[in-house]
Amino acid sequence: MTAVASGGRVGDGSVAMLRQMIRIRRFEERCVELYSRGDIRGFLHLAIGEEACAVGVTEALDTDDAVVATYREHGHALARGLSMGAVMAELEGKVEGCSRGRGGSMHLFDAPTRFYGGNAIVAGGLPLAVGLALADRMNGRERVTACFFGDGAVAEGEFHECLNLASLWHLPVLFCCENNLYAMGTALRLTESETDLSLKAASYRIPSWEVDGMDVRAVREAAARAVEAIRSGGGPHFLEMRTYRFRAHSMYDPDRYRQKDEIESWKQHDPIPTLSEALLAEGVLTAADLVSMEEAVDAEVDDAVSFAESGTIEPVEDLERFVTTPAPADADGGRRS
Amino acid sequence: MTTVTFRDALREALREALRSDDRVFLMGEDVGRYGGCYAVSLGLLEEFGPERIRDTPLSESAFVGAGIGAALGGMRPIVEIMTVNFSLLALDQIVNNAASLLYMSGGQFNVPLVIRMTTGAGRQLGAQHSHSLEGWYAHIPGLRILTPATHADARGMLRPALADPDPVLIFEHGSLYNVRGELDDHAGPVDLDHAAVRRPGRDVTLIAYGGTLRVALEAADRLSGAGVEAEVVDLRTLRPLDTATLLDSVARTHRAVVVDEGWRSGSISAEISARITEEAFYDLDAPVGRVCSAEVPMPYARHLEEAALPRAEDVIAAVGRLGGCGGSDG
Repeated sequence: MTAVASGGRVGDGSVAMLRQMIRIRRFEERCVELYSRGDIRGFLHLAIGEEACAVGVTEALDTDDAVVATYREHGHALARGLSMGAVMAELEGKVEGCSRGRGGSMHLFDAPTRFYGGNAIVAGGLPLAVGLALADRMNGRERVTACFFGDGAVAEGEFHECLNLASLWHLPVLFCCENNLYAMGTALRLTESETDLSLKAASYRIPSWEVDGMDVRAVREAAARAVEAIRSGGGPHFLEMRTYRFRAHSMYDPDRYRQKDEIESWKQHDPIPTLSEALLAEGVLTAADLVSMEEAVDAEVDDAVSFAESGTIEPVEDLERFVTTPAPADADGGRRS
Repeated sequence: MTTVTFRDALREALREALRSDDRVFLMGEDVGRYGGCYAVSLGLLEEFGPERIRDTPLSESAFVGAGIGAALGGMRPIVEIMTVNFSLLALDQIVNNAASLLYMSGGQFNVPLVIRMTTGAGRQLGAQHSHSLEGWYAHIPGLRILTPATHADARGMLRPALADPDPVLIFEHGSLYNVRGELDDHAGPVDLDHAAVRRPGRDVTLIAYGGTLRVALEAADRLSGAGVEAEVVDLRTLRPLDTATLLDSVARTHRAVVVDEGWRSGSISAEISARITEEAFYDLDAPVGRVCSAEVPMPYARHLEEAALPRAEDVIAAVGRLGGCGGSDG
């Protein structure tokens, strides 16, 4: 990896990726505190440990590309460019949230960045990604749709239906499998007869490769290669990112199904210190840079929390708004149900 | 006026939609080379080509979801599902995505998707091709549910459905495809918001839709011979329900019978009965009657299938049970 330490030390983008991962980590750590205080409710799925997947892939996308994610998507949303305040306000159920407080943690949406959720049905987002890519292909647009899902999705019929359809129709989809080895609390080896997930994708004639999901630069490099191939007409590609979540499935999960030493051994590969130490060793980053980066992120998180806390709650009279599209003459209503 | 089949009317609507809007395309199982399981799309592949008449694998969830994604991507997809029973394989996409995305996204992502499917019994196709589950779908906020019963509606509902910014499901009753009827040469888009009085009457309101409209009209003819003038209301749209037209009719007739090919328990007929009771109780001279399918998986044998479905004589008997309708045996 060559790094250019000039021009604001952006170099190959690794510093920016480090910053993104730290933003996501600190954001989610603050979410834990807010959850404990009761300011955030519902299911809260944290991706602590998995930040390199969201950041590495997103870094390889253009602003015009689309992202379809899962219910563990805070990181994808932040990496994609949603403001931290809008995401935090969503988690606190405020109108200023990216989904007006209608979605919550599992349903983050953002039209300007083409962020299509936030899907809480495992594998439920794959068909949407196929359709978004179909629309691009039918319109001759060179856009890519990146679709994130976990290893659990591989057991769903929709996974197989969608890989087949995307390959059959040669659609511009980047399938991004975040393999953290557990479908909620059940290990991959207990649910899959074939645990080599890339092999499954390859059986649909989709170029597939595995990448170290704890190494953000490796993820970005693989994703960039796939995106370039897709954009030049190479059809769908499949990335299996081998990763691990350091925390439980959700805030309700007592995490009885994993051994502590397994968790500790994966923590040795934490993507954030892995990259920061490399950048320090490469001379791209100084210790002082790192401190100021952390301080800036802390300030951003503080601001996001303040923004969310000072947000407004939707009037109950608007409960039925957006069940259907409000008619032009009835911009406040849309009560057709 | 021209005499056409219900199928012809549906096909002409598809052809017009494909001609008038480049964003429109049709996809589903066997819609292209086969010509459509019920031949609705016969000839469209030759006219519009395989990009716009797309044969899909037998992957209901994937191609319905792809329709949702394509709609999000700016297209106006029409997805055909062979029968309502197969739509259960796509229920996740229809309910969890199509119906919910606009709301979950705080109004950012509407889904302008049309899904067409065959519904209903009467052709000895057994329990996995014959059910009437449109009432289920009418339970779901965010969906519009259309049930064309006339040739004009078969011809005219698609265009406004495609213009709707939100998902629309069109249920085509399988026993209607071959039915011939008159269609105005200038037939065009129809209104989707109102139920229609198909036959005026003063003594009782028969409420039907889709495949049961013919049953209600036959019953009304026979009742008329006995001196009972039944008003027949065609719901046309099951969601949102045009309650006002129903209440207006009941206010005049003071009696109502709902004719529904769905099962009685938890059905659209139950919803209609409840609304009339809630909002027009004091207009009623008798409890709301219902004629529904027998609560069995649809049997194959002809005599059993006929016995399971709402028939005109069942409707006439239900009207008789209300009492006080006038007429020679009322």
